[in-house]
Amino acid sequence: MPLIENGRIIEDRFVRVSDEDALPEGVPVLIGIDRFLKEAEALKGRQAPVGVIWPNNRPIAEIERYLGQLSLIALNFPIFRDGRAYSQARLLRERLGWKGPLRAVGNVLRDQFLLMQRSGFDQIEAAKEADAQAFDEAVHRYTVFYQPATDERPSLLRQRLGRTPRG
Amino acid sequence: MYVYDEFDREFLAERVAEFRDQVARRLEGTLTEDEFKPLRLMNGVYLQLHAYMLRVAIPYGTLNSDQLRRLAHVARTYDRGYGHFTTRQNIQFNWIRLEDLPDAMAALAEVGVHGIQTSGNCIRNVTTDQWAGATPEEFDDPRIWAEILRQYSTLHPEFTYLPRKFKIAITAAPKDRAATKVHDVGLRLHRNEAGELGFEVLVGGGLGRTPFVGKLVRPFLPVQHLLSYIEAIMRVYNQYGRRDNIYKARIKILVHEIGAEEFSRAVEAEWESIRDGALHLTPEMIAEIRARFLYPAFEAAQDQPAELVEALGDERFATWYANAVHRHKVSGYAIVTVSLKPIGAPPGDATADQMEVVAALADDYGFREIRVGHEQNLCLPNVAQKDLPALWRRLDAAGLATPNVNHISDIIACPGLDYCALANARAIPVAQEIAKRFSDLDRSRGIGRLHVNISGCINACGHHHVGHIGILGVEKNGQEFYQITLGGRADEKAQLGTLLGPAVSYEQVPGLIEDVVDTYMELRAGPHELFIDTVARLGVEPFKERVYAAH
Repeated sequence: MPLIENGRIIEDRFVRVSDEDALPEGVPVLIGIDRFLKEAEALKGRQAPVGVIWPNNRPIAEIERYLGQLSLIALNFPIFRDGRAYSQARLLRERLGWKGPLRAVGNVLRDQFLLMQRSGFDQIEAAKEADAQAFDEAVHRYTVFYQPATDERPSLLRQRLGRTPRG
Repeated sequence: MYVYDEFDREFLAERVAEFRDQVARRLEGTLTEDEFKPLRLMNGVYLQLHAYMLRVAIPYGTLNSDQLRRLAHVARTYDRGYGHFTTRQNIQFNWIRLEDLPDAMAALAEVGVHGIQTSGNCIRNVTTDQWAGATPEEFDDPRIWAEILRQYSTLHPEFTYLPRKFKIAITAAPKDRAATKVHDVGLRLHRNEAGELGFEVLVGGGLGRTPFVGKLVRPFLPVQHLLSYIEAIMRVYNQYGRRDNIYKARIKILVHEIGAEEFSRAVEAEWESIRDGALHLTPEMIAEIRARFLYPAFEAAQDQPAELVEALGDERFATWYANAVHRHKVSGYAIVTVSLKPIGAPPGDATADQMEVVAALADDYGFREIRVGHEQNLCLPNVAQKDLPALWRRLDAAGLATPNVNHISDIIACPGLDYCALANARAIPVAQEIAKRFSDLDRSRGIGRLHVNISGCINACGHHHVGHIGILGVEKNGQEFYQITLGGRADEKAQLGTLLGPAVSYEQVPGLIEDVVDTYMELRAGPHELFIDTVARLGVEPFKERVYAAH
């Protein structure tokens, strides 16, 4: 599945490894939560980068103690209609101060790209090739944003100030 | 009126363009129906029993005459010449073709009207008192705060895929005309002892298959914290609301399961972290929104002008006046309710012609402003009292002056089995038949205030739980049956009705309602004791005995 970072399709450096398989040496890996929690101590000694797929049903605040040993955090969209990861993403960025890569994985579709970007995701693993090609269009559909979020886009709450109301 | 600025207009144009693209992708097949569904729902597009339905928002119930005329145009051009006003300050068009939807939406967008977030698992159209800005009772114009919430919630990146839909209502008057206690969040604007403006916050009210009255989570929230507090509520709900069962996904279930105290603690903890952040409303931000609401240039006038006093000699006018006209905060003016419940017509329906009549009346007598209330009637909030006789004559000629506001024939009903894919039973014909039984206006006036609410299924779009008489259609062995409840109410004393007894057949409903009313007439302490108060005093037992003995 194509991986988009800051608007460009990039090569995924991370290898996704299941809980049963051995971790390959010297390669960045992305692993599930069960394995990560079980091996968190041992993983601290690992030379190559480690990323985790944090599940929707575990409070994101619990990730705080591990942030120092993580190089990538992925949040899951089991179905595009499940929006828990948006809150997790914003809390990671705004509350826990995560500056590293934050990836949206799962049933990630074009019509949600903009919401993901606004919530702090900088990597998007698109479920469909055609959606990845349309990324630029999808995140530039709107020029007007009513509310402040995690991204840098100015919100109308502030933009409107200091000008005379017009009809 | 709130005046859209260039930002609002730009956003709307971008939204229409996005939906046009989504429809095109659906028609060419790159979007599956499953993927398209939430997108169309968030633009107000449902797939109903017979056709697509477009639900259009009337934010906080306020329309100008050009907007109402455009709704008439859409009804005539893309539908079958009428629209249906709902209990949540929306209007629905029941016969629209998918291919026509983008054009219909573009026509509406030209006058600042849209269907954004009238459906889907997002924050829905924020509703309020249809008398906002006109009633002498209110602490502030609640539309200012509804508009602040509308903007905040529009395409909110974090809260567009909530566990379930989310409805917010605001009242700024002690008399609650917005049913705030049966909303996911109910906000009551008032002043504290220091004179500061703030909200009492209720969470977890709602009807549907598991009805609850909202629970108090904060008695006083200073207005500048409105958005940060709502964000805290939404964030707790978005993370912890149930997603395993659609029927348990509303916030009311979360609040019920963990308890209001625990829920409130979680919200307050989240709020602590964000209350002084980007969502803090400065006086300048509030003033900016407030300045976009334009109020009529009222003229100095006395109450009870000669034109009105003279017209009150006409009994028909006087009857209508006593029923449909209410006190305005400016002397010499009045609030007028326009009944969309002529005897025998579907409750809440208005034809394109009627919409145009009301738009013209708003131009001539009402500063171009029209309101829609949750009782499915229209309202002209700012009419000079001297113009009331002329206004009445024209309403009467258009079949819009039935003096039955708040009477037993002013029924709230959902579209029911005649339109809705979810319904188990008909609602509109039940309403029509009950209205016919009580078409004698002297009789219905004698009965006094009595709200009948009818839902065609357990989803409760007709708010049957909070009707003084509630009627719920159910299906048993392929037949329509109806459960009757008494004593519900949606106002500031909101409570859920009590089941009267076993369900009855479609044919039995009107007679049973007549028996209930006859029982009330006999048992009431006097003509000033309303139906709802008699039920509160005596309970449902005496009604049950009488009614079921007869059937």
